[in-house]
Amino acid sequence: MADLHFLANPARFRRFSQRMLPGLTLATVLSLAVGLYLALLQSPPDYQQGETVRIMFVHVPSAWLSMAGYALLAVLGASLLVWRHPLAALMARAAAPVGASFALVCLLTGSLWGRPMWGTYWAWDARLTSMLLLFFLYLGHIALSRAYDDPDRGDRAAAILALVGVINLPIIKFSVDWWNTLHQPASIMRLDAPAIHPSILMPLLWMAGSFLLLFIVLVLVRTETEIDRRRLEIADQSA
Amino acid sequence: MSSYGVFILSAYLVVLVVLGGLTIASLSARAKVRRELASRGLDRKR
Repeated sequence: MADLHFLANPARFRRFSQRMLPGLTLATVLSLAVGLYLALLQSPPDYQQGETVRIMFVHVPSAWLSMAGYALLAVLGASLLVWRHPLAALMARAAAPVGASFALVCLLTGSLWGRPMWGTYWAWDARLTSMLLLFFLYLGHIALSRAYDDPDRGDRAAAILALVGVINLPIIKFSVDWWNTLHQPASIMRLDAPAIHPSILMPLLWMAGSFLLLFIVLVLVRTETEIDRRRLEIADQSA
Repeated sequence: MSSYGVFILSAYLVVLVVLGGLTIASLSARAKVRRELASRGLDRKR
């Protein structure tokens, strides 16, 4: 915890980020290359879904990261509103477009998976609709944080939206249990063992790890940019 | 791949376009801000 407070200083965080990024970037590229090989070439077709199961290797990790990204926005929002954490607003500005992109990938790949499996690209099913709402919450966060001349006001408004919108995360997770949905129920994050054969589970977890690395790299790069951008704004104001 | 190959390849193309585009946009934004800092002499180590 003490380390996290140490990183709350934007200049210290920037130095930490610059030390971490080269190694993380290399690990991301290598991990994605191996993950794509496993997902597209090495893993077997599913006994029911056939080759279309390969869409799952990008769809499911995108869904997990879009939800984790929004949880991160909520934590950063609370840090900003409660403790006025100097880095929280900058990191939230950096993370929102990354989370929105993963949500968009989840929606589009899900749609492309739905067409051959369900016979339709889209249905107003509880899981799909709550995921679409998550994407709109991200867009709202991005728009709100940039809607005011005073960036602090925009950051606080976006932080409130992040905290209010976090209620959507359990709705997404449990929508397949609470309502009759076209979307399949949870097959990995269950109380009992995953309902996926290890030969398909392993590439899926590998791709999830690769996407997580990419998420971290993108958030670090964009946070550095936001810190530098804020320095430029301060220089403009004092000129 | 099967007759569903077009859906599978389209899904991976979506990933490439969206996440690849975001990566390029993020790196170019960082380079632009750094150039601006350098042009103002604000790029010293902090």
